[in-house]
Parts: sequence; structure tokens; C-alpha cells
Amino acid sequence: MSDKTVTLPEERIAYLEGLVRQARTAAAVFTQLNQEDVDRIVKPMVLAGLKQAQYLARLAVEETKIGVMEDKALKNMVATEFVYNYVKDKRTVGVIREYPERRLVEVAEPIGVILSLTPITNPTSTVLFKCIMAIKTRNAVIFSPHPNAWRCCFEAVKIMYETAVKHGAPEGVFTCLESHDLEDNKYLMHHKDIGLIDATGGPGAVKAAYSSGKPALGVGPGNTPVYLEKSADLDMAVVDIITSKTFDNGTICASEQTVVIDDEIYDRVLKKFAELGSHICNEKETEILARTVIDPNTGYMQPMAVGQKATNIARFVGISVKPKTKLLITPIQGVGPGHPLSYEKLFPVLSVYRAKSVDEALKVCVDVNHAGGLGHTAVVFSTNEEVIRKFSDVINAGRIIVNSPGSIGALGGVYNDMVPTFSFGCGTGGGNSTTDNVNIYHYLNIKRVARRTPAHMWFRVPNQIYFNVNATENLRNFPSRSTLIITNAALEQIGHVDIVKRCIPTETQVRVTIIPDAEPDIKIVKQGVEALNFYKADQIIALGGGSVIDAAKIMKLQYEFPDADLEELAAPFLDIRKRVVQYPTEKTNRARLIAISTTSGTGSEVTPFAVMTDKERGFKVTLADYSLTPDVAIVDPQFVMSMPKGLTVDTGVDCLTHALEAAVSIYASPYTDSNAMQAVRMVFKYLPIAYQNPHDEEARSMMHNAACIAAIAFSNASVGVNHALAHAFGARFGVPHGRANALMLPHVLAYNASVPTKFMPSPNTRAYVAHKKYAMMADLLGLGGHTVEEKVQNLVTATEQLLDQLGVPKSIAELGISKEEFENAMPDLAKIAFDDPSWRSNPRMPLVSEIIELFWSAYNGRGTSAAKTEAKAKPAREMVAL
Amino acid sequence: MTTIADPINVSGDNVAQALDEAREKLNSAEGEVLLDLSAVRRIDPNGLRALEGFAGAADAKSVKVALLGVNVDVYKVLKLARLTTRFSIVN
Repeated sequence: MSDKTVTLPEERIAYLEGLVRQARTAAAVFTQLNQEDVDRIVKPMVLAGLKQAQYLARLAVEETKIGVMEDKALKNMVATEFVYNYVKDKRTVGVIREYPERRLVEVAEPIGVILSLTPITNPTSTVLFKCIMAIKTRNAVIFSPHPNAWRCCFEAVKIMYETAVKHGAPEGVFTCLESHDLEDNKYLMHHKDIGLIDATGGPGAVKAAYSSGKPALGVGPGNTPVYLEKSADLDMAVVDIITSKTFDNGTICASEQTVVIDDEIYDRVLKKFAELGSHICNEKETEILARTVIDPNTGYMQPMAVGQKATNIARFVGISVKPKTKLLITPIQGVGPGHPLSYEKLFPVLSVYRAKSVDEALKVCVDVNHAGGLGHTAVVFSTNEEVIRKFSDVINAGRIIVNSPGSIGALGGVYNDMVPTFSFGCGTGGGNSTTDNVNIYHYLNIKRVARRTPAHMWFRVPNQIYFNVNATENLRNFPSRSTLIITNAALEQIGHVDIVKRCIPTETQVRVTIIPDAEPDIKIVKQGVEALNFYKADQIIALGGGSVIDAAKIMKLQYEFPDADLEELAAPFLDIRKRVVQYPTEKTNRARLIAISTTSGTGSEVTPFAVMTDKERGFKVTLADYSLTPDVAIVDPQFVMSMPKGLTVDTGVDCLTHALEAAVSIYASPYTDSNAMQAVRMVFKYLPIAYQNPHDEEARSMMHNAACIAAIAFSNASVGVNHALAHAFGARFGVPHGRANALMLPHVLAYNASVPTKFMPSPNTRAYVAHKKYAMMADLLGLGGHTVEEKVQNLVTATEQLLDQLGVPKSIAELGISKEEFENAMPDLAKIAFDDPSWRSNPRMPLVSEIIELFWSAYNGRGTSAAKTEAKAKPAREMVAL
Repeated sequence: MTTIADPINVSGDNVAQALDEAREKLNSAEGEVLLDLSAVRRIDPNGLRALEGFAGAADAKSVKVALLGVNVDVYKVLKLARLTTRFSIVN
């Protein structure tokens, strides 16, 4: 049943088992009570404790021979009245806290049975405190008091128990071990029905609790350093320290142990201590105390001194003091081994240290803190905020008490607004699990009920989009002092730049920067930024395809934010709202970016993306942020009338891929769907015409618009695994992006239309709908079919037919890439594709093995691949509600 | 094996007393006894002890005890008190 190393007589085990069974039953029954039931019990318990405060204090002093009855009575009152004041309005049953904005609710679950060890120094107050906490949180407690404080604790438990049961608590909710030894504690600490050990006491008890392997609250000894800094109110400080250190004859472990005093005020402070009834020990008296009240071998207090009056201690050790001496002050010259009085002294002996500087004072306080007081309590008296801040930084204490008494201050609720307690968590420094003032929340399991929170969505587009033939005329509406046109040589040669220039208001200074028609390099970007700075441009016109517009976006970024680190801004992210690296917002310069696209595919004129390479350093960055989106997009088909056939196909299929992927993305929304579906419809209708009749104005115009519309969709919904595959494959084999997309497309459609091996986690996805979306597109295209399966297959077939019609190679093999070469490249292809961020919005999470399969399907080609097989894998009907 | 056809209704007001009375029926029972706890909204330590005692007495007579109509709050109490293994719970 419990610890097998424990050797207890059978009858003792039966006794302990009986206690546990009783507590377990009570705890079980207790779960049925609601908040009102609990609160009805707590209040009369508090009143009973208050009524018996003096009686219990007297019992404690008589039994333990420790402390001051009046102070113990006060402690009993704090343990009831102050604790009640803190807990009375707190919810501890059912829903205890709600965070509507986070759609999060916290629900209380009792612990069950708590084994509570209570100390000799604060016996009855600790029992009262823990009884109130336990009832408020619906837990049963088995008390194991310090053997020398058993009777008073038993009486305190009895008073609490009888009152609690009378008002509705379950029978057996509190029990108190009869006279017992460590073996009993050991047995109980290992018992499976004990949910928590709450050990308030000496280091042995705390260590045993933590060593049991049970969840434990162990709060043990301290060694409170006090820094009395020269700016402090000295009268207040001295009174506070005496009040605290003599309170219950110094038995509270948060009480002051060594006061480090600035040199300038040292003599004055000691004089004040003396005036108020303290005895300042001389060197010889200090030496006598050092070897008598502290065990020289262990550094621990001698039990005979704990909680005794100063006059009694003086008499024991043979020091002559005045009859009403409150406190023995022992000047010390160091801390740690060799300085016994620098350790914890739970009696009215207070060490003082004269510090020559703030720096020395803080160091000595750190030394005291580390001499047995880590994590516990520290006190600072000062009006200098910098001193208080520094003290708080360097001292490791759960409670740093400012300009108040340490012991009563640490209890909370009297001198400050800390939580009232009789158990001080000392954090990891003290070998404890918390630095808190132990309170009701440590007696609860708090359950978080987290409701599904759909991610915020958006639909962002450039402020203005102008389209149709001669849309460039709208440039006249944009006043500018200095405009820089970014373009490439070919477009200048065929007169496109002149067309643009003619549309710019005459008062505008216009300069042209020619850049290569290739993925922008950092050098080109820098040159562009230099030009922008030189001309103090307030407007940039990007005239070109995706590369030119991307270059202009990055130039603008660097022009407006010269300190922006492009490599850092390109850091990967999973969710744009939670990205680690934020784009800058404080602009040094301002320039309007107008993007005029001269191809019908990338849609860069409306997207928030830009790609750049650094050839010298050998890296490529993909930038993504809505601040990159051009301010104005001009979609003027006059610039695409002369696009060659190959470019028409590649860019057109890129556009189709954008639309098809955006439509099934996990970020798809009704806003993006409308654009994606319209783009699909336009591509199927107009791309073949534009391909066959390049001068067909309507087809060109519609394809130019389709590219922009698809880009609007994927700017907000992103793309998918098709792009991941195409990026990896295109880069490895030098295949244009659009063509690489085309080679993958039918296979990816079939793949996404089938039941995923792994679903993509997404709070916005309520069901797997990719195949239904495809079916909707098939309907939109009038492809026929009666079932979702048939419609998906029809879409795949129609896509294949479109690609055939456009002369797109049927397979990667057709490109002349040998099987061996492709096989050799496969490990890299799979790795690069899996690293590509594009697939993270794909509806189906691709496994690496699936990426490889898709690559091989594309290698083998359309109609012969797994595409059709995949499409036949019918999604389960129950998960397809759209 | 015979079973008492009608379940024994356990009063919600005093589970311990109701089970004391039910013990008499145990004497004539064979096979399985069905205790209907539908009326029990809350159970106290006495009630739990009585249930445990009833299970013990039934064991001695090789009679199985099934509980009917146990609400989830009471079920949780039985679970925490480690008593669910003593009974079969009929949902």
C-alpha cells in the first residue's frame, strides 16, 4: 500500500490506513459541494478560530515553551481574519476565472488528501491557516504536527473540524496524527492516496517531503538579510526591526537575522536600538553567544534558544543585561563559516554589520542570503529607489520587504498587499517549488478549458488597382516631385518606358534605372537605393514582370528603412501574426510604389512578397510582409500584347496554379475563394485563346486581369505543395517557375483531393474540403459529373487537357532529364521541397515520402501517373461537410 | 443464476438507512442485486460506508451488486473513494 522500506507494526499501519481511508472518503464526498456550500463552512471556522485565538496561543506557549502568548494570539488572528479577508470572495469551486478574450476558462479541481506537516514555531496559526485553505478548496487534510507541539495542534484541528462538520463539511475531512514519529510520516508521505505534502517546518521535514516523490509544498528555513541604507527613516527602521525580530520571540522564519548598516549611520542606529531596549553586545559577549546559541558543527540554532526571550538567553549564556532587554545585538565582521551569528537565529539575537559603501553592503546582504536564506525573505530600508532596485536585483528572495518589518511583512496583508500566509515558498534557491506566499491556489489543480479560437483572418489588397487597356493613364493622378522608373532594357527598347513617361505629370522629374531581367541581386537593390537617395525620389514606378517589381519592392523597403536587415527580415515563420522578426515601421524616407505588370502570371503588382539573391554570399531571401505590397497596381494589357508564346504559357499556368492552390489553402476564405474561382474560370477560358491568338485583346486583357485576381487570392490565402515542389525542381534543373508548376499540377490536384495521410493542423479548418472545392470549380467550369469524385476527376482531366493544348511537356522525362539524374537529385529535391514554406498552407500535410511520390508522378507524366489513382481514393463522406 | 427482478430503490435523503433496509432483501437474493440510486443527488461519508458495507455483505453471499441511475457527481465520488470496482455500474 505504501513505502515498503517503512517498518511499522501492523496495528500502526492499520491505524494509518484508517486515517487515510477516512480522509479519502471525505475528499471524495467533498467534491459534491458547490461554492456556496464551501463558503458557508469557511466563515464559521474563521470565527471559531478568532474566538479561540488566545486560548490556542496559550496552549501553544505552554506546550512548546516557545514564543510569546500575546504574539501567538495575534498570529492566530492573522491566520483567520486576514486569510479570510483574502479568500472570502475568491472562487475555488467550478469555474474560478474566465478570460473571454482568450476563450479560456479555469476550473478548480481539488487535490484530494493533503498530508500537512506543521512546525513547532507557529503551531496553531499554521493549523488554522491550513484548515481554512483546505475547506475553501474542498480538500481533506491529515495533520502531522511537530511532536513537541502536538497537543495544541490537535486542539486547533479539533476546533476547526467540529465547526466545519457542523456547517456541512464531510466527516473525516481533518484528522490529526496521534503522537507519532518519523516512520509514520514516511509511511504517509509514500501513500498512494496522499495527493500533496504540505511541509512547513525544518529542513529535515521539507527534504523528506520533496524526497518522497509526491507533489510537495516544502517551505523551510530562511536567513533574512536587512540592508539599512543611509537615506532610510532611521526611527521607523529601528522600531520596525525590533517589532519584527521580537515578534513571538523571533520564531517567524522571515524575521531579520543580520542588519547591514551604512557606515555613516551605524553609530546612530545602534544608539537608537539601545535607547529602545536592545543590548549592544561587546566583542566578548558576541563571542559567547556565537559559540552557545549556534551549533558550531552544523551552523544550526541550538533548540534551547529558539523562541526564548532575550533576557532568558542572556541569562543562559551568562551575559548581564537590563531586566527589560528586548533584543541582543551582536556586531559581526563577516558572514558564513567562522561567523556563526550570521546564520538563522529564530530568537531575539540580531547581528549587525558595518558597511563602508553601498557596494559592500549589498555584497554582505548577498552573502547572508546565500548563507541559508536563498529564496526566502529579505528586507531593505531606504528611500533611494535605485538602492531598492539594486537590492531586489541581487537578492534571491521570494519576498523583498521594503521599509517594513520582515516577519509581519512577509506574512502578507498587514504591512503590504501580499497574500496572507503561514508558509513561505522559497523557490528553487530554497529547494522549493514556488516562491509564492502559499495560498489557496496551491491547494488546487487548476484545469484550463480552452475553446477553439479561429485565427484572425484578413483580406488585404493594394489601395488602388487600375485595369484594362490604357490603365497607365491613371499615372496622371499621382503627383510626384521626383519619380524613379525601375525597369529592364528590353522594355525600354520596345517603348514601354516611353508610354509610362508620357502618362506622368510634366512637372515631375523622371529618371529611369535599368536593371537585369532576372531575380534581383542585392547589388542591384543597393544601386537602386542609391539612385532613390540621390534623386530624393518620392515615387517609384516598377515596370516589368515579377523580378522587376520584386526588386522595386525591396529598394523601397531599404530606401524607407535604411537600417532594415534583409537577411533577418527573411527569417522563416509559421504564422505571420506570431513571426519573430517584425518589419520596421518608422520611415526615414517615403515613396509611393506603383507597380505596372508586363507579364500575366506572378501578380507581383498586388502581392506582399519579394525574392532576392545575394550571389556573393550565396543566399536567397524571400521577404513576406504586407508593407511590401505596392501602393498602386496598374494592370494594363497593352504591355502584354507582345508576350512570346512560351512566356504566355508559363505565366498563365503559374496564375492557374496560384488560383487552384489558394482555393484549397487552409487560409482560404470566402473573400479569397471568390477571387480564386473567378481566376480559374478566366484562365480556362482565355489562356488557350491568348496562346493561339496572341493578339486577341480580350483574351490578353482577361488573362492579365486573371493573373492579378489570382494573386489577390494567394496574397491572402497563400499557395501550397505544388509551389514547394516547383520551387525545388525549378531551381535544381533550371526550369521556369510556371512550367515547373505545370508539370506538378495534375498530380497535386489528385493528391489534395484524396484522404490525407496527415491533416494540416488549422484552427480555421472545420472539415477537409479540398475535393469539394475542386468539385465546385469543376461545376463552375461546366465540366459535368454527378459525384464529387467524378467532378474532381473531370477537373484533373480538364487541367491535363489544357496543359496539352498549351504544349506543356507531359512529363519531367520529356524535358530530357534522365531517370538516373532525377533519382540522384531526389534526396535534395525532397529536402528542399519539405523546407519550402509554401506547403504549410496546403490542406494536406505532405510527408516526405509523399513529396517523393509526387515528384515521381510528375517525372512519369500526366495520364500515366498516380494522379488518377489518387483521385479515386474517395474521401470519407462524413468529413466533407462544406 | 437468479436475479432480483425489481431494483431496490435507494432513498436520496438517507442512503445509509436505505441500504440498511436493503440488506434484509439481500438475505433472499441470489445472483445479482440491483440498487437504483437515481434519487441520490449527493452522497455523504455514511452513505459511502453503507455502500461499502452492502458490497461486503453481498460478497459474503456471493451476490453481485449492480448500481443503476448513478449520477456523474456521485460516480466521481465512488471513483475517488475507490469503490467503483466493488460494483457493476449500469448506465
